[in-house]
Amino acid sequence: MHHVNLTAAADAKFQERLAKASGQDVKQCYQCGKCTAGCPIAYAMDEPPNRIMRMLQLGLKDEVLDSKAIWLCSTCATCTTRCPKNIDVAGVMDSLRVMAKQEGRTRALRSIDLFNDIFLGSVRKYGRVHEFGVGMGHNLRMGKLLKDVDIGTGLMTKGRMKLFPSKIKGQGEIARIFNEVYKLEEAE
Amino acid sequence: MRYAYYPGCSLHATAREYDQSTREVCGALGIELVEIPDWGCCGATSAHSTSHLLSVALPARNLALAGSMGLDITVPCAACYQRLRYAQIELEQNEAVREKVARVTGTAYDSKVDVKSLLEVVVGLAPETLKSKIVRPLDALKAVCYYGCLLVRPPRVTGFDDPEDPQIMDNLLRTCGAGVLDWGYKTECCGASMGISNEEVTLKLVRDILRVAEKAGADCLVTACPLCQNNLDSRQTHVNRAFGASFEIPVLYFTQLIGLALGIEPGRLGFNSHFVPTDKILKLIT
Repeated sequence: MHHVNLTAAADAKFQERLAKASGQDVKQCYQCGKCTAGCPIAYAMDEPPNRIMRMLQLGLKDEVLDSKAIWLCSTCATCTTRCPKNIDVAGVMDSLRVMAKQEGRTRALRSIDLFNDIFLGSVRKYGRVHEFGVGMGHNLRMGKLLKDVDIGTGLMTKGRMKLFPSKIKGQGEIARIFNEVYKLEEAE
Repeated sequence: MRYAYYPGCSLHATAREYDQSTREVCGALGIELVEIPDWGCCGATSAHSTSHLLSVALPARNLALAGSMGLDITVPCAACYQRLRYAQIELEQNEAVREKVARVTGTAYDSKVDVKSLLEVVVGLAPETLKSKIVRPLDALKAVCYYGCLLVRPPRVTGFDDPEDPQIMDNLLRTCGAGVLDWGYKTECCGASMGISNEEVTLKLVRDILRVAEKAGADCLVTACPLCQNNLDSRQTHVNRAFGASFEIPVLYFTQLIGLALGIEPGRLGFNSHFVPTDKILKLIT
């Protein structure tokens, strides 16, 4: 296990922003560890959820926002469901990803951030997600051209692959939602 | 009984058989589905991982479309269901979000529609409605029901069944005569879209789920989510390769099994489109 510098000055602004964005009071956490015990992905995380919660209490912004854990979280919400202090831990993870993204700190696990970008790009362009395009786009950008070729071929022969995207009539409305959301968030 | 039907993106492509079997079963049970015209994507995990406002605004458009139809919504996909339901609650309870959504969508949200998972709708039928129509009971079948994450969590959003040990799919299949087995992995996570972005994690989670299902003695896994179905079915060969395992467990949608019990032809329920062959399931039933 690696070490975390606990004497780094607490970033109070970061704590405030997180509280506002997530609507959660992380100070309520008393380290029972239930979130980590139930987390299906804790085994692969650099900092398991209960440690993230403790680091948030200590205001360790860099350590948290640069962790892989916040990207590995699948938002299954087992932690939220089981927290005896009713903290929406998965909601906190969402807010942390949003903050990390806003600050351009997405290098800890680029593949997941990239997936989100490609997925939302597809929705913005067509109004619905074009699964084949998203899978192909991700493979291309990650330089793994042959990943899941067997699954892709299987889906195609079973008639479960839409090769070409189709635009919905309200695509303009969807694109507008994206534009307005990003404009509003930037202003804030 | 009429519902505004929100299939979601997967049901028009990789989960076509879920759409097919949903329409067949609802038709047979007298549940009328009217597809929401020009519905858009719910934004899924990628939206709520990057912007809370976007994750409510995208579903809000769909809720408004259903509102103008005057119908409650039913959603087969667990992920879409949870996102639409979350947006419904946020829009009802959070005035600041409601106001912002009105600004970004250009329309004030005053929809009163309710969002229900397809599973809830089918379970909500009078028990005789389903029972009286069963012509091919699933007596010989041993199944485990896999609910995954988003149908049951977080309970503040979904809340129609026990989040740790849900029962409604179990009971539904029991009504169809199936031997439904108890097991401990009903609500474990399959890794969802990490199948694409981080496959090692998904393979480990899928391996664990398949192992417990096999130990329970299941002939098949039954799901209500296109992402779960895809990960568990199409990635089984990847799991076998990665872990030196030899799983061959069919993964079906609950609508496909109900459809069989109702006497609907397997072809019309999409039984020819699985990765793990389903012949042994069909042999057990017919």
